[in-house]
Amino acid sequence: MRKIVLTALAVAAACFAGSLPASSSEAIKPPSQSWGFGGIFGTFDRAALQRGFHVYKDVCAACHSMNLLAYRNLRALGFSEDEVKGIAAEYEVTDGPNDEGNMFQRAGRPSDRFKAPFANEKAARAANNGAFPPDLSLMIKARPSGANYVHALLTGYEPPPPSVKLMEGMNYNKFFPGGQIAMAPPLNADAVTFGDGTPATVAQMSKDVVTFLAWAAEPELEVRKQMGVKVILFLIVLTIMLYAAKRRTWAGVH
Amino acid sequence: MSAPQSQNALIRWIDHRMPIFTFMHHELHEYPAPKNLSYWWNFGSLAGIVLVIMIVTGIWLAMHYTPHVDYAFQSVERIMRDVNYGWLIRYLHMNGASMFFLVVYIHLFRGMYYGSYKYPRELLWILGVVILLLMMATAFMGYVLPWGQMSFWGATVITNLFSAIPLFGDPIVTWLWGGFSVDNATLNRFFSLHYLLPFLIVGVVFLHLWALHRFGSNNPIGIDTKGPQDSIPFHPYYTIKDAFGTGVFLLVFAGFVFFAPNFFGEPDNYIPANPLVTPAHIVPEWYLLPFYAILRAIPDKLTGVIAMFGSILLLMALPWLDTSRVRSATYRPIYKQFFWVFVVDCLVLGYIGANPPEGWFIVIGRIATAYYFIHLLIIIPLLGKLERPLELPASISTPVIGSGAAQPQAARMEKP
Ligand code: HEC
Ligand code: HEM
Repeated sequence: MRKIVLTALAVAAACFAGSLPASSSEAIKPPSQSWGFGGIFGTFDRAALQRGFHVYKDVCAACHSMNLLAYRNLRALGFSEDEVKGIAAEYEVTDGPNDEGNMFQRAGRPSDRFKAPFANEKAARAANNGAFPPDLSLMIKARPSGANYVHALLTGYEPPPPSVKLMEGMNYNKFFPGGQIAMAPPLNADAVTFGDGTPATVAQMSKDVVTFLAWAAEPELEVRKQMGVKVILFLIVLTIMLYAAKRRTWAGVH
Repeated sequence: MSAPQSQNALIRWIDHRMPIFTFMHHELHEYPAPKNLSYWWNFGSLAGIVLVIMIVTGIWLAMHYTPHVDYAFQSVERIMRDVNYGWLIRYLHMNGASMFFLVVYIHLFRGMYYGSYKYPRELLWILGVVILLLMMATAFMGYVLPWGQMSFWGATVITNLFSAIPLFGDPIVTWLWGGFSVDNATLNRFFSLHYLLPFLIVGVVFLHLWALHRFGSNNPIGIDTKGPQDSIPFHPYYTIKDAFGTGVFLLVFAGFVFFAPNFFGEPDNYIPANPLVTPAHIVPEWYLLPFYAILRAIPDKLTGVIAMFGSILLLMALPWLDTSRVRSATYRPIYKQFFWVFVVDCLVLGYIGANPPEGWFIVIGRIATAYYFIHLLIIIPLLGKLERPLELPASISTPVIGSGAAQPQAARMEKP
């Protein structure tokens, strides 16, 4: 009997192993990078966050909205209150209706949401050859291996191999599912000039903007991990004490 | 816990008119439990604790959540970003659901291993399966509420299953949806029901415990307690043991909540629902995957739906399918092996459910589905008749005398 069972298990395992390569129609797995916000004690590098915001603001924001962020949230990147007011005031936002019932334009305030580049999806598509640049607020959480994927995507543009026929208006990127993406390579060396003098290579800008996007997707990350460490330490002590109490209570039971 | 002879006059006054304190003392304090319960017996009380966590965090979430197709996704993100510790409440609720199923599945397999479903605990077992079904319905509807891509498409796929019902299929689906597709009406009713069902679960858990306390817990040896030397009062022995188990459990739970809160989730659910874009792979949450695999293993839709629901309902018949008079697998050397094969089979089904139905996955999915039913419908009934169980000890306190293989086993059970 035991033999039959073991054989059945072995057969099942063999079928299992044989089946693994079946789902290979996916895009290539992005290589792992080391991120400062990864791991148990991860935190966001404030300088990288500010540079990343700079890249988003000067490059990506031409096409991508970030509807879940308000300018006031930028305080978390280390900007002062006045700096945030200054950033918000660079934008014209529509407000109203006023007492006459009309909508009006005014300078942005910290409480305003990030101004979107297009009024709606139709307008965004019209400006991008029919493709829709998705909102980036949650991008890092909304893709498998988020940060690694977006970094690989931004830095992974290549000339297409001869076997690939690019469709009209498409670009070759092996990390994008299907290999053809409507977004032209968004980053070119020195597309921005960083205030802190960091050389604006494509890899540098990509890492910084991904750090910024990771913060935007999980603004609670630092608080969460710090609280987690305390909670775990507390629970370890509590559990050891409960175990000791259990041993003592049960000592007399035979 | 205060006994009737309490020092407190108020407690005495109440207890005389409504003996609730006597009742609690009886059921939670003196309640005799077998003294040899192992740590596998911790998972019942853990399930109860998780249920409370789910209800408390759920009520808090509902204070900030908006069940409307235009606002649901945003309101969840508002909880994550702007509500004080909203992220903590949401991640507790999200990961709590996975923990709930993890704990209950272990609890359920524990029952299968030790034959806890056998006389006189059949009704207790059936109530357990009812709880499991209610949990699945609750979790499924809860997953729809954040209104992400997986919420929407999961709801669409699962509700569409009912269209397989002959003749009335389509009207039933329209009725479930409250319209002609999964839409605002669907989201509203799912929210309403998601709030309701957990309280039904609480009710059934009470019945479950009532049935449990009629004869008390089974135990790793699987023989009845034969007198006071075999049992100990629930308090303090099992209260402290359950408390320790809870500490270990909370460590695991906190590990996920604080360091990998989206481990059990799908990235697609952070994309707002879009009826015009179908995700590449629509997968349910992990705890439903084995049943999803059974559904897809069968080419005919109606038969697949019947097999899926049948695979759960069949568990209710287990007390009668199992013909063996010995409860614990410790004394059933062959059943013990088939038990583990069945566990592996369920894991394989889960793996298949997570993968697209193509190539080898289809073949393995069909074999594993067939085996699931063969185990319950053929192996279990036959084994009870064919297998020769080991000699059982005379009682929980006395080890077996003289019998070779079982001796160290039974002796080890003595002191948990
Ligand atoms: C000229 C407009 C434009 C700019 C500038 C631009 N993008 Fe895009 N982006 C697009 C379009 C269009 C798509 C949709 C591509 C598709 O679906 O094929 C897209 C898609 C994406 C995606 C989603 C890929 C996926 O998996 O679906 C990411 C991530 C992204 N862009 C990041 C960025 C970042 C970061 C920047 C700034 C460095 C940026 N984009 C700048 C137009 C732009
Ligand atoms: C909300 C979910 C559930 C809760 C809160 C719960 C709670 C409990 C508790 C507190 C016990 C006593 C402690 C123990 O023996 O572990 C118990 C026993 C039991 N439960 Fe559950 N349970 C749940 C779900 C289930 C399910 C899904 C099943 C099986 C289908 C099940 C079957 C049993 C059985 C058979 C016993 C008696 C076990 C024995 O004495 O050996 N329960 N339950």
